Amino acid sequence: MHPQSNQTDTLNKLRPLTELKGMERATIHDLCGGVGFRSRLAALGFTPGVQITMLQNLGHGPIIVTLRDTRIALGRGEAYKILVAPEKREQ
Amino acid sequence: MMAQESRPIRVALAGQPNVGKSTVFNLLTGLRQHVGNWPGKTVEQRAGTCHYQEWTFDVVDLPGTYSLSANSPEELIAREYIIKEKPDVVVAIVNAATLERSLYLVAELLPLPVPVIVGLNMVDVAEQQGLEIETHVLEAALGVPVVPMVATKGQGMQELLARIQEVACDGAKYAPNAPDIRADHKDILKHIETLINEHVPPEYPKMWVALKILEGDKQITEMMRPRLPPEAWDGVYGIIKQHEDACVAVASGRYAWIGRMIRAAVVRPKVGPITLTDRLDRWATHPLWGLLVLASILGLTFWLTYAVGAPLQELMDTYVVGILSNLATQALATAPNWIAGLIIDGIIGGVGGVLTFFPILLIFFVVLGILEDVGYMARAAFVMDRFMHLMGLHGKSFLPLFLGFGCNVPSIMGARVIESERARLLTILVAPLVPCAARMAVIAFLAPAFFAAPTIVSWGVLTLNLVVLVLSGLVINRVVFKGEHMAFIMELPLYHLPNGRTITLIIWQRLLSFLHKAGTIILAVSVIVWALSTLPSGDIESSYMAGFGRLLEPVGRLMGLDWRMMVALLTSFIAKENTIATLSVLFGVGESGTGLAAILSSTFTPAAALAFLVTQMLFIPCVATVGVIKQETNSWRWTVFNVVFLLVLSLLGGTLTYQIATLLGQ
Repeated sequence: MHPQSNQTDTLNKLRPLTELKGMERATIHDLCGGVGFRSRLAALGFTPGVQITMLQNLGHGPIIVTLRDTRIALGRGEAYKILVAPEKREQ
Repeated sequence: MMAQESRPIRVALAGQPNVGKSTVFNLLTGLRQHVGNWPGKTVEQRAGTCHYQEWTFDVVDLPGTYSLSANSPEELIAREYIIKEKPDVVVAIVNAATLERSLYLVAELLPLPVPVIVGLNMVDVAEQQGLEIETHVLEAALGVPVVPMVATKGQGMQELLARIQEVACDGAKYAPNAPDIRADHKDILKHIETLINEHVPPEYPKMWVALKILEGDKQITEMMRPRLPPEAWDGVYGIIKQHEDACVAVASGRYAWIGRMIRAAVVRPKVGPITLTDRLDRWATHPLWGLLVLASILGLTFWLTYAVGAPLQELMDTYVVGILSNLATQALATAPNWIAGLIIDGIIGGVGGVLTFFPILLIFFVVLGILEDVGYMARAAFVMDRFMHLMGLHGKSFLPLFLGFGCNVPSIMGARVIESERARLLTILVAPLVPCAARMAVIAFLAPAFFAAPTIVSWGVLTLNLVVLVLSGLVINRVVFKGEHMAFIMELPLYHLPNGRTITLIIWQRLLSFLHKAGTIILAVSVIVWALSTLPSGDIESSYMAGFGRLLEPVGRLMGLDWRMMVALLTSFIAKENTIATLSVLFGVGESGTGLAAILSSTFTPAAALAFLVTQMLFIPCVATVGVIKQETNSWRWTVFNVVFLLVLSLLGGTLTYQIATLLGQ
């Protein structure tokens, strides 16, 4: 079930948004969940290929991200359904 | 599409939340606006008129929505209005500082058969962030008029009005570049369109319906299903099943289009500056500091309420209500007794008593208005969300509910800040369970009268009350709303300075609607309760109310209470403080020479006293609260449900308390 079990290189790097640390950047790969939920997120700009930055993630509770010049708070459950490919760390 | 001078130009104002749409609406219409509800909804509807040269514009403020899908009642209202009412112009307000995202709504509006004008608001904020937006390039790309604006400073309004008039009176020039469809969707959409072709209701554009079906839009699919012959439906259904990912793909397509639109028009700095919002949010959204910031704001609010609001309330009680009743007594000296009673005790006593809460309401509305306008509300919601989620509520429910400790009325009206209709309804339904100042005052008076350790009892009753509040939230959410998970997705808007005009208008409208609508209900109920407790003989002991109380005595006995306590509960419907006044009359405090406290403690067992306190706390809210529940839910069904729910809850609570306390006492 977890994306890490996949073989290919890109898929290997995929993880849920909840695993990004503060100020880490990533690219959205896919959304999981029901049509209503995905369409709400997509309308807010959570579409595959877009860059997203984690602003606050304490390892529990809701998180704050920024994408398309907008700050958005997400519940942890919601954030877990967003698959991202993290960017390489800038030294 | 010639608009004659005699016919007003109909304008619909659309926009996402946090783009300054209300400010634009308020600037356009000023005090020439009226607030109501969309038919059959809890969603606020604002409409108004404005004049430009010789033209009159009728402006309707559509609910703020991120898109036009069927994800919320607000989105349905907005798109149904545009499609069915066909306004002459839709003005789409977008936020220049979050241009990409706020153009998404424009991308959804352009395929609809109504001309669109883009109001590019907050260009000053965008400039501060180093964004340069070339309005003319954007205008050429979109093919629709784009008007740069700073609504908080009133800039760009005249040009906006001029462009509205131009488009409304000369629609021929209007030629938008509607978002193109992704290549891989074109054939699928064509296929859906041929399947549904003759069956689409005339007011709906066919291409739009096809696109919504592909997106998995529940409402449009449900609308089309019974209209389609079975084989066409099977074809459509097959396509939907095959393209379940389309909702994200279509949205991506719109964003790709937006990207092309703004690439040429916007120059952005390489590194964004560290903004005021970044700095403030380090504190405001921090799990510990955020709670402290919130606690200080709340502390300040309540300090204001008690330092300024409460003395003002007493002054109003003494001077306005007192002087009014004195005047009325003099004026009615020769009038029959019942008329004097009706006016002095019934109307001035009931309505006047409620009106003295005005200063407190005003303070709460000012605080809520400012917090909402500067953008802090979303941060408070963020730090409180995990606690509110426990009872199926949204973080945004916290502030309105908390204000309920002062008075339930602003807490229910304050629930307007919650965007989701369901979360708002749930907040309104549990709000009366927040112990308001008046109920606490009754506890503060009665607990020492009954008990040797009043502080412990008061805290116990209060804690029980709050536990019941959380449990009720859980139960209503589970049973009535089927426990649907409420996704927590919330924009944190940029902070900005409060706009006096916007806040004043919000406060003015809320106070006005409290006066208008609740006022009528309060008046009617005050008169009815007065009549019931006076007729037929003139004193409460032999009144209909007392008869009703005796009728309820079997219920009261379960809680160890006699008819007088039941009558006290009933009269608390006008105002919670009435409990004490009624008890004083019924126990003949004036005649016997002993205080109410002494009489009560000698009449009731501790178990019965405790049961009374619990019932009193959980009992149906006062008439002002019921009035605003009706007003805000816009439904008698929910109002009656709420009152009955609280009635059952309080009687059950009282009975359980009495029975358990009696068992333990033995």
